[in-house]
Amino acid sequence: MRYLPGAILVLALLMLASLTVGAASVDLTTIRQDPYAMLVLLESRLPRTLAVALTGSALAVAGVVLQSLVRNRFVGPETTGTAESAALGLLAITILAPGAPIWARMGVASLAAMAGTALFVTIIRRLPVREVMLVPIAGLVLAGVLRAIATFIGWQTDLLQYVDGWLMAGEFSGVIAGRYELLWIAALAAGLAWFAADRFAILGLGDQVATGLGLSVRAVMRLGLAVVAVVMAMVMTTVGLIPFLGLVVPNIVARIMGDNLRASIPVVAVFGAALLLACDLIGRLIRYPYEIPVGTILGVIGAAIFLWMLYARPARG
Amino acid sequence: MQGRPVDKRLRLIFAGLGLVLMVAIAVWMLQGLPEGRARSFVLGLRAERLAGLLLVGVTTGVATVMFQTLAGNRVLTPQIMGFDSLYILLQTILVAGLGITGFASIPTWSKFLLDTAVMIALGCILFGSLLGRGSRDIARTILTGVILGVMFRSLSAFIGRVLDPNEFAVVQQSSFASFGHLDAALLPVAAILTAAAVGLALSMAGQLDVLGLGRDRAVALGLRHRRVVFVTLGLVAVLVAVPTALIGPVTFFGLIVAGLTHGILRNPRHAMLLPAAGMIAAIMLIAGQLVFERLLGQASFLSVVIEFAGGLFFLYLLLKGRIR
Amino acid sequence: MIRIEDVSHSIGPARILHDIRTGFPKGRLTALIGPNGAGKSTLVRLVGRLENLQSGRISVDGHDLALTQTLELARVMAILGQDTAIASRLRVRELVAFGRWPHHNGRPRADDHARVETALENFALTQLADRFLDEISGGQAQRAHIAMCFAQDTPWLLLDEPLNNLDMSHSRALMQRVSDLVRRQGRSVVMVVHEINYAAAWADHIIAMKDGRIMAEGDPDTVLNQRTLSELYDADVQVSRHQDRPLVLHHA
Repeated sequence: MRYLPGAILVLALLMLASLTVGAASVDLTTIRQDPYAMLVLLESRLPRTLAVALTGSALAVAGVVLQSLVRNRFVGPETTGTAESAALGLLAITILAPGAPIWARMGVASLAAMAGTALFVTIIRRLPVREVMLVPIAGLVLAGVLRAIATFIGWQTDLLQYVDGWLMAGEFSGVIAGRYELLWIAALAAGLAWFAADRFAILGLGDQVATGLGLSVRAVMRLGLAVVAVVMAMVMTTVGLIPFLGLVVPNIVARIMGDNLRASIPVVAVFGAALLLACDLIGRLIRYPYEIPVGTILGVIGAAIFLWMLYARPARG
Repeated sequence: MQGRPVDKRLRLIFAGLGLVLMVAIAVWMLQGLPEGRARSFVLGLRAERLAGLLLVGVTTGVATVMFQTLAGNRVLTPQIMGFDSLYILLQTILVAGLGITGFASIPTWSKFLLDTAVMIALGCILFGSLLGRGSRDIARTILTGVILGVMFRSLSAFIGRVLDPNEFAVVQQSSFASFGHLDAALLPVAAILTAAAVGLALSMAGQLDVLGLGRDRAVALGLRHRRVVFVTLGLVAVLVAVPTALIGPVTFFGLIVAGLTHGILRNPRHAMLLPAAGMIAAIMLIAGQLVFERLLGQASFLSVVIEFAGGLFFLYLLLKGRIR
Repeated sequence: MIRIEDVSHSIGPARILHDIRTGFPKGRLTALIGPNGAGKSTLVRLVGRLENLQSGRISVDGHDLALTQTLELARVMAILGQDTAIASRLRVRELVAFGRWPHHNGRPRADDHARVETALENFALTQLADRFLDEISGGQAQRAHIAMCFAQDTPWLLLDEPLNNLDMSHSRALMQRVSDLVRRQGRSVVMVVHEINYAAAWADHIIAMKDGRIMAEGDPDTVLNQRTLSELYDADVQVSRHQDRPLVLHHA
């Protein structure tokens, strides 16, 4: 628990910064006398800051869960076709039942995401066991194939704009109050993962050990897939694809404090939120007052961290 | 060197490929031609597009076969290794350095040559160290390439946004290439560069054969390994720049082409492999575009279908344990 | 007592076990011996429900494997598989502590912590307790895995080739420890052993397997004789005696 307080402090500072940065100036000290600033704060800045923090922590936790399900460090929920499957599900319900209520759409997206992730797990279980590096490659290629299908369908049905919105670099500039609340569900799913942290940690030790300790491998697997799928579906529909976050954050935390998930998941969540907030702030400041999508920023920073991971640690996964 | 039956088989294969290519070209040019004045206009347009498809096919086929020989692996392609993203990044950086008007004012020729020169340099630095030594860990190499690709693409998107936050129009890039919209102005340059690169590649076919044996054996056989590796990488850089500039990124096309070429030819000689790869790729593109554009009325589809089929093929190779 | 009745097992077309009918006696140290591919590991894995039972019946102290909750079984028997390579980055103490999980389901009590410390101590791991598993040697990691099974604190202990990666002194110490558990605490242990003299020196009960069938079973003096062993391993084997136990000489 040594790392948690520091991480929380950093996160709090970043959130404060996020509340004050933007096209309209918001001074937190005089805000009580300024109704316009208050409006900006409550309708735009606060929702955005919350959205970024929720997304960051949920994605990072989903990454931990996925990595313990497949026992491989080099995968994240963004590199396994999960988001692409969710997009396919959303496409399906948009075409078949255009008037479906939001909960039905989210349900279908989550189920599709779960099916896609399960497909990935099935594929990699058939790979030669020791080939650590093949697992992420399989995921990336599967994601590409699913993306091609989604693009194809989107083209046919004039929904390509939506598909691009889901699968292109994610950004938070459109977030205002009333347009981000689905992310709370993602955070809830991540919270569920923390409750089951021991189970995921044990599953990470291998099917043998898990069975030996009386754990139902299939049940834990289903729970994990559900967490990953719900997080991805909510994030994708609300803000788009955020690359590498769920991949690199768990790795960095594991390097520092190991994989005892009960202890590390809170740190992962806080760190994920902080990293995404930092990237979002960079995106907002670097070409002020214009914005650069946070997905683009992470595409660069995350890729660099991932490459460092590939070569910094021995390839034992 | 080879026995007579093999030679005969190869002759048959090449005759067949040539025939199919001719038929595909003929259909492409002549099918459903309008009467009267529009005729010559349509013919000109089709010839332009045909040239583009041929160039893309030949360059992709030849580049992939060479690259796989260099890497000692039948799964890698320059596109999988992020070569095309590097090209796009370079374009963006050029725009950034020169400004949009500056970029537009350079003649196409020197722009292309400059691009290619920098590509060769960067490609050699990046991939020479990754591949040239005959790295054992193929999977890690692929992963590195894929991630580099993502990084280059994000970086060019980033630079593009910083450059021009409103429009982002100069270096527009989509995730899928479009065979429907060729940049016709580039055709002459592309044709000359392609001819030169393919000619050079064919002239070193014998050295490529030796290179394919792996570094140790190649050195033992007296090949100047380093030099051949760098020349090969340089040629690959040119041959990747051409299709990327013409139509955009196509990740898995080369993989399918190279797989088919090796499967059909079953012959390790590059003097045979390189032309066959070029022909097979050209046939696939022309026939595919014919089907999608004229039959189904969906000009932009081909690349998506190729990515889909190529991705499945890659997964198949992976599960078969061919990727080690 | 573990009862195994009419158990057969196939992987694809290959028949691994043929109608095995035997038992592992309670309160004894049972060793499974035999050449590679005899089906020893498969049998132990079936008993430890790491493989699904295809035909036949297995019961552990009256718990039918097919009818008992897996969590309940985890309080009756602990099993150490051969594949102990793990991708997780855990400290030694954290790994061993997971052995207590079937008892507390995520809410460890003082008693659980105490048993973890005891297990660490028993396997000379206290010094290494805060090191990460990927920072210690293969033999030390193997000891950590065995310690985890011990911490599980079950009447039955199934060990599939536990001596892998262990040097001679740690192998001896492990056998000593296991035999203590059996004699002092009345626990029952089943282990697959490759080095036959460890079986000869420590086991109470020996089951010799070959080609998916049981060739001989009984106490060491009955099973470990020249004729049986020569047939078992298809090699000329001498049996001598040392400290009143059989000693198998196979350096031809």
